[in-house]
Amino acid sequence: MDEKKLAIIATKGTLDWGYPPFILASTAAALGYSVEIFFTFYGLQLLKKDLGHLRVSPLGNPAMPMPVPMPTLMMVLPGMEGMATSMMKSKMKAKGVASLEELRELCVEAEVRMIACQMTVDLFEFDTADFIDGIELGGAAAFFEFAGESDITLFT
Amino acid sequence: MVQEDKLLDARGLNCPLPILRTKKALGEMNAGQVLKIVATDPGAVKDFEAFSKQTKNPLLDQAEAGGEFVFFIQKA
Repeated sequence: MDEKKLAIIATKGTLDWGYPPFILASTAAALGYSVEIFFTFYGLQLLKKDLGHLRVSPLGNPAMPMPVPMPTLMMVLPGMEGMATSMMKSKMKAKGVASLEELRELCVEAEVRMIACQMTVDLFEFDTADFIDGIELGGAAAFFEFAGESDITLFT
Repeated sequence: MVQEDKLLDARGLNCPLPILRTKKALGEMNAGQVLKIVATDPGAVKDFEAFSKQTKNPLLDQAEAGGEFVFFIQKA
């Protein structure tokens, strides 16, 4: 049987939404899949060497569980985003959830191919020197080259 | 009970770490050897069955005691 293939598009660059692509990619690799992730728009943030800048915001996210119910207007106050971010980080640590850096490292070890979208790298003026090593640059056609022969394709 | 060749302590780890560590540990073992995994993540039960099925490494035995889940996986 041929090796199965998984293609993922990662478009989000927040602390919470950084998880799905790396969890799925690392797990699929462990199951024997060949995996490729195409990072575009805000997903490019996930490629930076240092992920300490990733945040989670309660603003515009009514489904986010809060310790106490809070009116939406409060969410815009200075410090709310930082508070939500550090709360989520400490909760993840307490529950034994891997850090994004750790999951990404496991993806790199498992030879998950990572492609940064050239157009959005240019658009947002990202410096590719800030990215981890081994990142390729490419466009939509490069994604379809792999996705076209994949068993699973996901948009995250 | 099956006798293990290697023990992996995955207690306190959450999805997908127990599976990823298992994959890594199996990679360092020889065919036929048995890996014992101890986990506390209740989701691990379904995950290890699925992992075994998809990677063709037989899940020889599994048990639960005191909130801990034990799995014996043989390297194919």
